[in-house]
Amino acid sequence: MAKIGFVTARSASDGVGIGIRKSSRSVACAPGCVIALVLLFVAPSLLHAADRAPAADLPWFDWSKSWFALILLLVCGAVIVCTEMAKRGWSTYVRPIAGLAAIDDAVGRATEMGRPILYVPGIMDLDQIETVAGLTVLAHVARKAAEYDAVIEVPTSRSLVMTAAREALQGAYLAAGRPESFNEDRVYYVTDDQFGYVAYTCGWMAREKPAACFYLGKFFAESLLFAETGNSIGAIQLAGTAEAAQLPFFVAACDYTLIGEELFAASAYLSGEPQQLGTLKGQDFGKLLAGGLLIFGCLLATLAAVSPKNSLPARALSYYTNVVLDKGE
Amino acid sequence: MQSLLRNTVPALIAGIAGVVMIVAFFVPVAKPLQQLAEVWFTILAAMAFLIGGTNLFLHHAKKIAQQQAGWGFSAVTLVAFLGTTIVGLLKWGVPPAEKYPNVAWSGSYQEEGSALWWLYEYVMNPVIATMFALLAFYVASAAYRAFRAKNTEAMLLLGTAFIVLLGRTYAGTVMTSWVPDEYSALTFPGMTGVIMAIFTTAGQRAIMIGIALGIAAISLRIILGLDRSYLGADD
Repeated sequence: MAKIGFVTARSASDGVGIGIRKSSRSVACAPGCVIALVLLFVAPSLLHAADRAPAADLPWFDWSKSWFALILLLVCGAVIVCTEMAKRGWSTYVRPIAGLAAIDDAVGRATEMGRPILYVPGIMDLDQIETVAGLTVLAHVARKAAEYDAVIEVPTSRSLVMTAAREALQGAYLAAGRPESFNEDRVYYVTDDQFGYVAYTCGWMAREKPAACFYLGKFFAESLLFAETGNSIGAIQLAGTAEAAQLPFFVAACDYTLIGEELFAASAYLSGEPQQLGTLKGQDFGKLLAGGLLIFGCLLATLAAVSPKNSLPARALSYYTNVVLDKGE
Repeated sequence: MQSLLRNTVPALIAGIAGVVMIVAFFVPVAKPLQQLAEVWFTILAAMAFLIGGTNLFLHHAKKIAQQQAGWGFSAVTLVAFLGTTIVGLLKWGVPPAEKYPNVAWSGSYQEEGSALWWLYEYVMNPVIATMFALLAFYVASAAYRAFRAKNTEAMLLLGTAFIVLLGRTYAGTVMTSWVPDEYSALTFPGMTGVIMAIFTTAGQRAIMIGIALGIAAISLRIILGLDRSYLGADD
């Protein structure tokens, strides 16, 4: 595997920047370093946690959440079983997702027009799963951009996202065999402030006129500001979020929208790996389970409605809604 | 060794942290471990914030130094960034706290009347409000495109939006005030209630169920180390 070292280099694509190159200098770090790091950081943390250990009379398991645990086990079990089956050659056909199929076209269009690509990984930090999902798609888009030698710009609203996005991009350029084209100056932190970030990004869009804009992550009120600015400059736009309230805005203003679960499936879909696609099959079992629970709940509610108060169906409905579906709270 | 540090160790940390968070949700005894993971995230975020601030400064300073296109905007950004930082750190105009009247800098940096408070109140807030206000115009232009009655689906969308818009305003209530109470479901507010409570809720819940399952699947992929593309380790 190529060894990576950071150097200041003139990037092939745009001006002076911090690039990467193959370096003959290996990282002089023995397994002892790892053990030392573990002892230095993990051991004190565990001691700290032990100090704060709760009283011994606490139950080892919160039984009020047992139904939720059972449903979680069933869904996760199905995902793991499907992954294992996919490894053994089980069919992993996934319906085509138009938005993801359009990534190649969008990157190709930007390359032909000689304009940059804008990628916005949401406005929240890495503790939000949508942000992580956005970064996984970024790696695929960046790899395509590297193959086509297109310029990709990633302004971020959180500094932790910036560092993660740089890692994802660096890996993508390396995987595409063009590590010299990676310019980390294209991935930068703007501001944590929601509308400050919007003002910068929309201003950049109006000036640089990117040919393709990707908005994949967690968005709030700024979703329409991004999408409408992108629309006004004639960019091809792909958006995806799990924020149900923002989906209508993206649908109205973008060319393609990944609705909810499609954002989370995107990385597996783009990788094309049977193992990852197998997890999507496991997800389908979860949908069947949810559908079954819905139908059972409807039947129970109908039965309870036509039965007298405190009858068995009425009590069963109360248990079903308050205990089974409500995490015991 | 480098692969171990760049790919395996981060994936392992992500996997362990994920398992700890799930276990702690069901096992009360494991709560301190969950809090520990959260503390570690806060520490990392704080360190990354320093990196972010440094990156912001260097990014714009480089633009100014090389006089790249739009370097004037970078100059304004740097002046605002440095000005706010200095004013905040030096607690410019902050009166001493009531508890310690003789101790300089004992007051809160957000104290009313301080320079930082003034900047936030009279510069930052109006700018944020201006950006937010732009949304009204963007909603209008997006709605115009979405509601153009070019096919059956668009006409249905237009009709539904028309009913909901009227149902949420006083005009809609006045226009159908003559409808008898027993037919209140046929008034604009009544129809709006039915659309929002039944059709919209049904659609949103279907999306929410899909999102919940999607989160479970992607979390498992990350915990099991199947998906490492976010680490730049796709291959």
